[in-house]
Amino acid sequence: MRRLRDMLLASTLAGGLGLGAVPSAPAQELAFSQVERGRYLATAADCMACHTNIEEDGEAYAGGRGLETPFGVIYSANLTPDETTGIGRWSRDEFYRALNEGVGRDGEHLYPAMPYTHFTLISRADADAIYDYLFTLEPVRNERPENELPFPLTLRQTLAGWKMLFFEQREFAVDPDRPQEWNRGRYLVDALAHCGACHTGKNVLGADKDDEYLRGGTLENWFAPNIRGGVNGGIADWEVEDIVRFLRDGRARHTAPMQRMGEVVGLSTQHLAEEDLRAMAVYLKSLDDRPREAPEAPDQARLEIGAAIYFDNCAACHAADRAGVPYIFAPLGSSNKVAAEDPSTAIRIILGGARAEATRAAPSQLAMPPFAWKLSDRQVADLLTYLRHAGERKAGPVSASQVEDMRRYLEEK
Amino acid sequence: MTKQRPRVDVVLIGFGWTGAMYAEKLTAAGLEVLALERGPWRDTHSDFATTFAQDELRYYWRHAMFQEASQETLTFRNNSAQTALPMRRWGSFLPGNGVGGAGVHWNGQTYRFLPSDFVARSHNEERYGPLPPDMTVQDYGVTYDELEPHFDHFDKICGIGGQAGNLRGEILPGGNPFEGPRSDHYPTPPMQMTFSQDRFGEAARQLGLSPFPVPSANMSRAYVNPLGMQLAPCTYCGYCEKYGCGNYSKASPQTTILPALMQRRNFSLRTNSEVLSVEKTADGSRASGVTYVDTSGEVVFQPAEIVVLCAYPLQNTRLLLLSNIGTPYDPRSGEGVVGKNYCYQVMSSVTVFFEEEHTNGFVGAGALGMAVDDYNGDNFDHSGLGFIGGGYIACNTTNARPIESHPVPEGVPNWGSRWKRAVRENFLKTADVGVHGASMAHRGNHLDLDPTYTDARGRPLLRMTYDFTLNDRRLTAHLTPVAEEIARGMGGREIKVNARRGSYDTMPYQTTHNTGGTIMGTDPATSVVNRYCQSWDLPNLFVSGAGLFPQNAGYNPTATVAALAYWSAEAIVSRYLPDPGPLVRT
Amino acid sequence: MTSFTRRQAVRLLLLAGTALAAPRLMAREYGQGEGTPWAPMSGDVPHHGTGEERFLGPAEHAAVAAICARLIPSDEDGAGAAEADVVTFIDRQLAGFYGRGQNWYMKGPFGEGTSTQGYQSEHPPAMLYRLALAELDAYCRAEHGAPFADLGADDQDAILAGLEGEEIEFDRVSAKTFFDLVLENAIEGFFADPIYGGNRDMVGWRYVGFPGTRYDYRDFINHNGAAIVLEPVGLSGRPGWSGP
Repeated sequence: MRRLRDMLLASTLAGGLGLGAVPSAPAQELAFSQVERGRYLATAADCMACHTNIEEDGEAYAGGRGLETPFGVIYSANLTPDETTGIGRWSRDEFYRALNEGVGRDGEHLYPAMPYTHFTLISRADADAIYDYLFTLEPVRNERPENELPFPLTLRQTLAGWKMLFFEQREFAVDPDRPQEWNRGRYLVDALAHCGACHTGKNVLGADKDDEYLRGGTLENWFAPNIRGGVNGGIADWEVEDIVRFLRDGRARHTAPMQRMGEVVGLSTQHLAEEDLRAMAVYLKSLDDRPREAPEAPDQARLEIGAAIYFDNCAACHAADRAGVPYIFAPLGSSNKVAAEDPSTAIRIILGGARAEATRAAPSQLAMPPFAWKLSDRQVADLLTYLRHAGERKAGPVSASQVEDMRRYLEEK
Repeated sequence: MTKQRPRVDVVLIGFGWTGAMYAEKLTAAGLEVLALERGPWRDTHSDFATTFAQDELRYYWRHAMFQEASQETLTFRNNSAQTALPMRRWGSFLPGNGVGGAGVHWNGQTYRFLPSDFVARSHNEERYGPLPPDMTVQDYGVTYDELEPHFDHFDKICGIGGQAGNLRGEILPGGNPFEGPRSDHYPTPPMQMTFSQDRFGEAARQLGLSPFPVPSANMSRAYVNPLGMQLAPCTYCGYCEKYGCGNYSKASPQTTILPALMQRRNFSLRTNSEVLSVEKTADGSRASGVTYVDTSGEVVFQPAEIVVLCAYPLQNTRLLLLSNIGTPYDPRSGEGVVGKNYCYQVMSSVTVFFEEEHTNGFVGAGALGMAVDDYNGDNFDHSGLGFIGGGYIACNTTNARPIESHPVPEGVPNWGSRWKRAVRENFLKTADVGVHGASMAHRGNHLDLDPTYTDARGRPLLRMTYDFTLNDRRLTAHLTPVAEEIARGMGGREIKVNARRGSYDTMPYQTTHNTGGTIMGTDPATSVVNRYCQSWDLPNLFVSGAGLFPQNAGYNPTATVAALAYWSAEAIVSRYLPDPGPLVRT
Repeated sequence: MTSFTRRQAVRLLLLAGTALAAPRLMAREYGQGEGTPWAPMSGDVPHHGTGEERFLGPAEHAAVAAICARLIPSDEDGAGAAEADVVTFIDRQLAGFYGRGQNWYMKGPFGEGTSTQGYQSEHPPAMLYRLALAELDAYCRAEHGAPFADLGADDQDAILAGLEGEEIEFDRVSAKTFFDLVLENAIEGFFADPIYGGNRDMVGWRYVGFPGTRYDYRDFINHNGAAIVLEPVGLSGRPGWSGP
């Protein structure tokens, strides 16, 4: 972790993003700026998060982190230029092909845990810059563990079929009718930051559903919320400035990034240029969503119990009127997590607790304590049913069995 | 066989408030700092979350976060003629333990000492003539004006709420007109007062006194400090002193410094590691580091360029004595310095019982109060009174935790139906007017090593020899009636005076404001450290904490402890590092 | 449903025994820029004294219950130690670290001590109870022909007053120290959180009007002397958290 942070501390803005315009130029006189640009792009793509074994204090970019997928555990590759266990023998073309086509050095198909469905949009120039940066890293010898997948997913050929169905090699298309800022935001969101990898709903085979684009997705038992703007999207009531603050400082009026999104902010977005964060925000705000259907009305008795549990347990931080404390404790009346159609994240946070990511701007590590020991499944369900009904955007009741499933998952974890 | 660890620039012994302050300042200056804390790691979510922090039995009565007496206690006697016996369980004071130390479980009352408190001997002798020979009161060697920027910094680190009374010499309405000049306003407004404070304020004004809001480290609103740390608004839950704050609304090392510090690569902290002694170089001219033992039983030597004592005052004194640093104080000859001028405070109070009105003490906070300072320090003429010093008189509503706080009127028995009924009738209808009296140093009150009793590792315990002095008794006899008069004006049915009489008793809780033992001063013959809190004996050894106070003032000590720590840390950076020798030449 | 269900208790023990609980007691190094530790589902939740451990024998149990019932009587004004089940609280406390005097300083030599030197018994609380209760029993049988629990209230009160006033003394332990300790523990058991076995159904809190473990009174700061009516709540909740 020490090395990982060293690198982050040194990371700086490396100029504007190439939207296909900057030629690949690894010439000696460009080495510095090229490496800096590569570092910035790798940060924007948050390569580090998956390619560092964060749980076990692994070396930065040396891979080996187990990624939970619905199909099994996939271990990330070593991106340091080690000749035997890393990418030391990869050529620039091979590296680009991995991002652009999802194909490994030996021609094998890569598992889509590597988000090449997004990275295919990355320009050749940007890919080259990332490559040049990665080759400045200290080579780390780190053998990747065997993936834990059931047959036939162990066979890479299986992936050919998957890719045929769900993967399209394509280039990022600039929309000439939109401002430069919007296009830049879209490139960041879709290509580098690959937001949809979590925030877009998946089909049973783990591929993005087109009509669920950034409408929220379930991953590793988290529900990554709807991040569309407009008037009906999950962040419709966030201003551009709120989104920038969230990504830059890790604190917004509405909430703070925790756990998985905390990593994204901690390792990636807080290090990005404000103009890039603003571009992402502008793009997200431009995406409207279809109106939500009115949920079924919950039982009055459950609402009363839920309100009692709320007042006795939650008001200490979130205040009796659920208004929270801006930038410190999330207001729950307008919470995107509470009102999400899939309540998984809210259930999980109540049971297991959560902690706001410490950032350079906001080092406080404000944490919500776990309630698993204190509240029964039924009580958590009643509490959430109340909150989802009382909020500005209504969402349907939560059942005790939903809470029970999450509790079992967390206890076994 | 003692293991040796790689040398560090600075080793801090103890990691509470002052440890966090030195660590923050010295790492910011680029030094590599290691803190050794003998207790465990502590943090809000793991140790005092809102889901279980409000547990009176566990935290107060079973001492969940205090030093374990079984690990180390001290022995006590009222005077040298008695045999000291161990304090087998804590009573009158509650030393902290673990990361954050007592800073985790303080109330948050954040007064500054008065300018005259720092020059107590010269000021009082100039005004009233020579002090009695046994009254070993001394000047600090540092003045309020020198410390003011550091007081101000601590206010901003904590987000202290209050009303300035003296802003750069201008007396402002609603504040404490007696306070030393402040360079800036309080960073946050005062807390919102409740019924009891309103009544106290009216009664005090009727008597021509000047009530002001108690400076509070419980947040009156959300606040972000200069390190970017976020504090939330206080919810008046009534669990401050003896408890950790579950919702980030009380300034503590955890909420104001630690997370920012823990981001720095030149800082590290070792928990459950108890320092056994400060080691000296072969020629005895400098500290070479410290020896500590951890829970694995391994004894380790940690070399360091600079050593700072950041433990509780009683432990700092004991560690110097066990390490043979400085001359132990001898009360017979008055010679020697380590253990000298141990002081406490003389606390009394008056309870007001209301008939109709509810005071609802559970709507409380550690520093929710109104105070008057008219009888503190030398804010009033002591001519002919036979004592110096004073204390604030305050009405704080800190809690209605029922095991601890169930006052009953005069004449009610201690148990049985009459007692029970009186508890019920008065539980929500009492207010307290407290007197926080200073304690002046006396030749006989001191700390040394006990000849008989040893700690869990077989090393001598500290021995405390202490009783209230004539000055203390006269002080409390003069001030308690003032509190009584205010209390009578608050409109209750009856009052009860809880006077401080007789000898100091170690059992009833009074206050965790033990001071002295490692006092600062201007002369190596009468003090342990110089005006920069630097040891007169070993120039690379610094001492922090209330042990520095040559005598105790009529205030809670934390802000003054903090100002001294920041002052000393600044001296290390700006004066000691360029020229690592004695900062005061003798 | 204010007491812990079995399931909750088991889960609570699991939590207390895992995650942060064990490593936190070992020496450990933090820092070097790595932030502060955190893990989901962790926290040092209440543990000591929340289980089913027992120390007192049947006769001791009856005596302690009877003493507490006189110290905090059940009467027309409201519930007392009996309804609060204070004896169960004391029993559990004596069976645990408190009863063993585990975090008290219990090394000798032991001396009488002055009134300002605090607890000086060589016995930790549990053993002090055991020895004192035996002597109390002997005293009651000798003077009144029956164990304490079987005596009338007036006799019991007189005996307790005798202990408090040092008119009745024991041979092996200080009767006064014992009395002071029982009174302290009885008040603890009447007012401590119900998870520790006493204050059953929060009767102690209800009796005096204490709202319990609430953590937010911001809406009540301006009470201006008016009563605040709030249902008490304990660490494990209150009836209003569950349906009928």
